[in-house]
Amino acid sequence: METPDVTAIAVEHLVCGYDDRIILRDVSFTVKPGEIFFVVGGSGCGKSTLLRHLIGLHRPRSGRIRFFGQPFTEADVEERRRIVRTFGVLYQSAALWTSSTVRENVALPLQEHTPLGPREIDDLVTLKLAQVGLTGFAEFYPAELSGGMRKRAGIARALAMDPSIVFFDEPGAGLDPVTAREIDALILQIREDFGTTCVVVSHELDSIFRLGNRLIMLDQAEAGIIAEGVPAELRDTSEDPRVRAFLRRELPLRGESSASHQPRPGG
Amino acid sequence: MAAAAPDLRDFVGCETEGGTLRVALRGRWRLLEARPAFQDLVTSSAVPQRLVFAADGVQAWDASLPLFLVEALRWARANGVAVDLSPLPAAMRGMAEQVVAIGLHPPPPPERPGLTTRVGEATLDAARKSWDVVTFIGDCVLALIRVARRPRQFRWADCAAEMQNCGAMALPIVSLISLLVGLIMAYQAAVQLRQFGADIYVADLVGLAVVREMGPMMAAVIMAGRTGAAFAATLGNMKAGEEIDALETLGLRPVDFLVLPRLLALGLMMPLLALYANLLGILGGMAVSWQVLEIPPAAYWVETQSIVDLSDVSSGLIKSVVFGLLIGLSGCLRGLQADRSAAGVGKAATSAVVTAILLIIVADAIFAVVFNLLGI
Repeated sequence: METPDVTAIAVEHLVCGYDDRIILRDVSFTVKPGEIFFVVGGSGCGKSTLLRHLIGLHRPRSGRIRFFGQPFTEADVEERRRIVRTFGVLYQSAALWTSSTVRENVALPLQEHTPLGPREIDDLVTLKLAQVGLTGFAEFYPAELSGGMRKRAGIARALAMDPSIVFFDEPGAGLDPVTAREIDALILQIREDFGTTCVVVSHELDSIFRLGNRLIMLDQAEAGIIAEGVPAELRDTSEDPRVRAFLRRELPLRGESSASHQPRPGG
Repeated sequence: MAAAAPDLRDFVGCETEGGTLRVALRGRWRLLEARPAFQDLVTSSAVPQRLVFAADGVQAWDASLPLFLVEALRWARANGVAVDLSPLPAAMRGMAEQVVAIGLHPPPPPERPGLTTRVGEATLDAARKSWDVVTFIGDCVLALIRVARRPRQFRWADCAAEMQNCGAMALPIVSLISLLVGLIMAYQAAVQLRQFGADIYVADLVGLAVVREMGPMMAAVIMAGRTGAAFAATLGNMKAGEEIDALETLGLRPVDFLVLPRLLALGLMMPLLALYANLLGILGGMAVSWQVLEIPPAAYWVETQSIVDLSDVSSGLIKSVVFGLLIGLSGCLRGLQADRSAAGVGKAATSAVVTAILLIIVADAIFAVVFNLLGI
């Protein structure tokens, strides 16, 4: 959909942290348009921190983020708000507004940001809910939906504005394997329909190998990226015990714990 | 968002061929940008027998293009025109057809129950709520009996923390409000009493009113807003987070664990706060009398002592214990009854404050009658 010679996301020397704690030190990577890009790693490695910085909820200590060539970190407040509107975000808990129906949840960004009339918005909400398989649940409140349905509604809201990039924070967390697979299929569908760039934070190996075009793996001790590449290739060829342990579900050997410094393949 | 009418030619090229209108879609279709309405396309030409769409010239599109097709499909259906979408990409076509298909079978609107049903439901609801209140009070009494039997099992540490929270931590706000109430009453009294040369009776008025009514009452209202709401919000949040369920499944009683420590803490702290509020209220009155009426503090104090006796103070303290229990009960009950959502927690906190203040005023009225009958 977008001109393919630009990178969708370019992150350069990003340093992230809260208060006096540095979580990520010097992180750089790029995501191509239309790619399904995974951010993986064990608990506490900074996956969610990276995501929160990418979507502008926190400002990085230093470093630059660009979306389709437009500077994001240096942009002023208005420009950042404009860029943020081109994202969709699925939060881990779906983060639906509990006092609004599913329809109102999906319609709000459309009412606020597009020149569409109420009837068109209704049609669009119908379309988005049909895309995520929630036809007939428009008038339900989030509390009346199951976990998987809430995730779907969250995806419908994230897709409402037809964003060029969608961020997914642990889309399969807390779901049964079948529902998690359905959510994965949805992510693929979104990419197929609109060529949307998808950034997925996850540690579900099944999803990573099924969907991922490329991934970066973060590590807590390293406070940064320890591997970058195609998931299956990394699994088969990586020399780094931490990467092998993660992608092959192996227990790391003694003396090869995540604190030890190994060569960084591809990183 | 510019709503200026877009140029139709940027988006659509039309070609009539016999009874067939060929619509060639082109350009950029973006939700955030203006787009043409299908209606404009068909007013400019005679109603065709057949519509054929093609999208070869489309550079970029999002859901705004299927929306345009939806409009076209609806118009065609209303006017009996055949539509051929087959030259379009499958995704584009699929989305439009999906919306039209769903739109034809809208879910039936929920039925609004009749007046009888609503009255009946409200009655049942009121009965259920009253039963909940009675059960809850019963649970608290049973918990109290259990504590009396086995005091070592009581959560003394929790109770002490709550006491600090609703006692010591509340002192600044109680000081300020009580002092101001004393000041205000003394001012009002001074203006009137001075006309009769009865200046010294300001001390009697302020002393009695503060000790018997205003001290305990103001302390209770402050605590209803401060602590009652906090109880409801804390317990409501715990309920939303399944923490209360976790207690139940461990075989622990939420009332023993969460309610009783809070209830006892408030019941014990309220009389102390009321006593403190009494003192500050009298000090407020003293300050005004000294500055405005030039009554020396010593004389004011002697006058206060002569009129306020122990029965006045103790009647206020008895009331404040009851107020404390009422605030604790309504806060905890509303918290435990809260809906499992952010809005539910907010509602519980509001409801706790309203219920507590209502109960305080009603209880105060009952006390006034009873004390009058007893001659206290």
